[in-house]
Amino acid sequence: MSTAAGADHGHAHPWYQAHHFKNMEQQNASNKFGMWLFLVQELLFFAGLFMAYASMRYFYPGTWLEAAEQLDKVMGAINTVVLLTSSLTMALGVRAAQLGQNKQVAAWMVATIAGAYGFLIIKYFEYSHKIHVGLLPGKWFGFDELKTTATNAPQIFFSVYFMMTGVHGLHVVIGIGVIFWILFRALRDEFGPENYAAVENVGLYWHLVDLIWIFLFPLLYLVR
Amino acid sequence: MSTSTLDGVGHGAPGTSYLNAKSGLMSWLFTIDHKRIGVMYLVTVLSFFLVGGLLALGIRTELLTPAGDVFSAAVYNKLFTLHGAIMVFLVLVPAIPATLGNFLLPLQLGTIDVAFPKLNLLSFHIYLLGAFFLVFTLVTGGVDTGWTFYTPYSSTSADGNVVAALTGAFILGFSSILTGLNFIVTVHKMRAPGVTWLRMPLFVWAIYATSVIQVLATPVIAITLFLLIFEKIVGIGIFDPALGGDPVLFQHFFWFYSHPVVYVMVLPAFGVMSETITVHSRKHIFGYTAIAASSIAIAAVGFIIWGHHMFVSGQSELSGTVFSLLTFAVAIPTAIKLCSWIATLYRGSIQWNSPMLYSLGFLWIFAIGGLTGLFLATLSTDVHFHDTYFVVAHFHYVMMGGVLFALIAGMHHWWPKITGRMFNDKIGRINWVLAFVGYNLTFFPQFVAGSQGMPRRYHQYLPEFQMWNQLSTLGSYLFGLSLFIILAYLLHSIFKGVKAPSNPWGAASLEWQTKSPPVEHNFEADVICTYGPYDYDAHRAAQS
Repeated sequence: MSTAAGADHGHAHPWYQAHHFKNMEQQNASNKFGMWLFLVQELLFFAGLFMAYASMRYFYPGTWLEAAEQLDKVMGAINTVVLLTSSLTMALGVRAAQLGQNKQVAAWMVATIAGAYGFLIIKYFEYSHKIHVGLLPGKWFGFDELKTTATNAPQIFFSVYFMMTGVHGLHVVIGIGVIFWILFRALRDEFGPENYAAVENVGLYWHLVDLIWIFLFPLLYLVR
Repeated sequence: MSTSTLDGVGHGAPGTSYLNAKSGLMSWLFTIDHKRIGVMYLVTVLSFFLVGGLLALGIRTELLTPAGDVFSAAVYNKLFTLHGAIMVFLVLVPAIPATLGNFLLPLQLGTIDVAFPKLNLLSFHIYLLGAFFLVFTLVTGGVDTGWTFYTPYSSTSADGNVVAALTGAFILGFSSILTGLNFIVTVHKMRAPGVTWLRMPLFVWAIYATSVIQVLATPVIAITLFLLIFEKIVGIGIFDPALGGDPVLFQHFFWFYSHPVVYVMVLPAFGVMSETITVHSRKHIFGYTAIAASSIAIAAVGFIIWGHHMFVSGQSELSGTVFSLLTFAVAIPTAIKLCSWIATLYRGSIQWNSPMLYSLGFLWIFAIGGLTGLFLATLSTDVHFHDTYFVVAHFHYVMMGGVLFALIAGMHHWWPKITGRMFNDKIGRINWVLAFVGYNLTFFPQFVAGSQGMPRRYHQYLPEFQMWNQLSTLGSYLFGLSLFIILAYLLHSIFKGVKAPSNPWGAASLEWQTKSPPVEHNFEADVICTYGPYDYDAHRAAQS
């Protein structure tokens, strides 16, 4: 082993570079790679829910379709558009961050947060309706029209529905939190051509949340 | 290694190390230094090992006699459940990666820290939070479902605090995921110049393969436990058969994580072996590439063999056959490792010190544990052995014996680096006999009792099994005693031990090329690696 003198320890790096990285290239590559691994982890987390969906639908194909009819396709479709649009504004925000246009980043983040809140508000109306008529998971289920079936299948469908959309909704809420964090950093004029990994990573996360909804919407609302 | 430091750019005054660079409790609890985090994990994991171990001694004491005379059946159920849950989730999963792995990974790669030091600290804090929930379970009436939380036991059990236990295991999963993620990025992006993929120590390869499993498997158990919590509270009907759910689906989910996780436990143990055996036989490792590749192979194949836990759970004969075949396949990379270590020892200059003795103990124990696994992977014999003490003995040989002997070997091997002190090797060597005999006396009789039909998890048993149980209990007391002796002489060495030189074993890997204990930023100058971790000739040439 031979060692060179510690030239890197002279603290001649930009403020946004962490001390343990040799250069920004290493830092950005690490951050991006870490985020992708996190997304892989997210996919496997949701995979359990999709697998539960698949098994239960396989067991109860008939009542599954019947129960799915109770979901509001129009509201689901509007929410899909809202979420897709927010993904677009997020992508535009990443572009602005790469160019160092922090004011635009802030504007696009506000638009994305608006989309996220829009999604949650529509979801709130959907949920309130379900709660009102008793389309609820497990032992809380009280929708008499479907309850006559011999099996528990309608209850199970709404268990799966609330688990999947609930966990997804939780991700939307967390997304709002981290997008606010990006918004405040943009207002402090922090991002630039070398320092935009945080925006990009939050963007990747937001696209994943969007992508999962793209699967949830047809599986839950549009089944035939 | 020749170390040159420019004036004024070294870290701290002479004599400072990561241990005394800062002081006070907060400087530990909120440190982002991977070495301190590793030490904190070590202390916490060993503390929970003590708790889990005392529960095990309670179980063994009950089994001294066929009648259920020490504990009631209900308490006995809680004893083995908490023993299992604490040992798996709080001890074995983080046992080596979070402790030695945290401490060594950046050192062996020649870098300052892991890729995400703050995330590393967060993993530790999440671990503490999860541990809190399991301790909470322990003191609020325990839980009696078995550590596997099988439905419908878990979804219908009214005895104890199942939801708290599930929440604890759920939270602990995220600690494991974040550690794995951090380590993968560290291996890819943080290697010092010259540390190529094929110049990484095999411990790093093992930790890398482990981390891949942690990131890919743990989220599945997380969502499973999450669903089970709601099964318990709301009755969502996905797993509970009484509500229309499928208990076998739960078993699939559970073992999709819990089989790969045995490799999370044992792959790092393999990694330790690959270091201790070569260093203490003064010989280049045999089959470096094969050992590295077999770690990855075990991680990969480990994902597609979970069904061997469910041969009698009603999965199809075809699934059973395929899972059986794939399970045999995992024996191949494992055997490659064992044979390579033995070939490394062959004509090596074997040092009969504590790290080597525990490594040899590992080889013995793991060989028995691995080979008895083949009995269980065979469909016909598994029907006979399923849920008997044969299974208990098998998984204790691989998971507990394998991991613990490797951890102890590793703790002895790296003790001088971590603490800067030498332990008393003579006591260590004598005590090894007690540990080795005690361990085998505990678990070998269980193979016999199990093959004769003694079921696991039973509070009482038939009189013909009494001799085997008494031998096992005697062994467990001896083994417990030997572990306390290890604790005593290692703690003694911290205060009274001889100061350790930077490289007491003459090892060639990077962690030994800095001070013992290392300085706060690991190396006093930037590292450039010019030869492999087991290239003792090049190392000697560079020294002279």
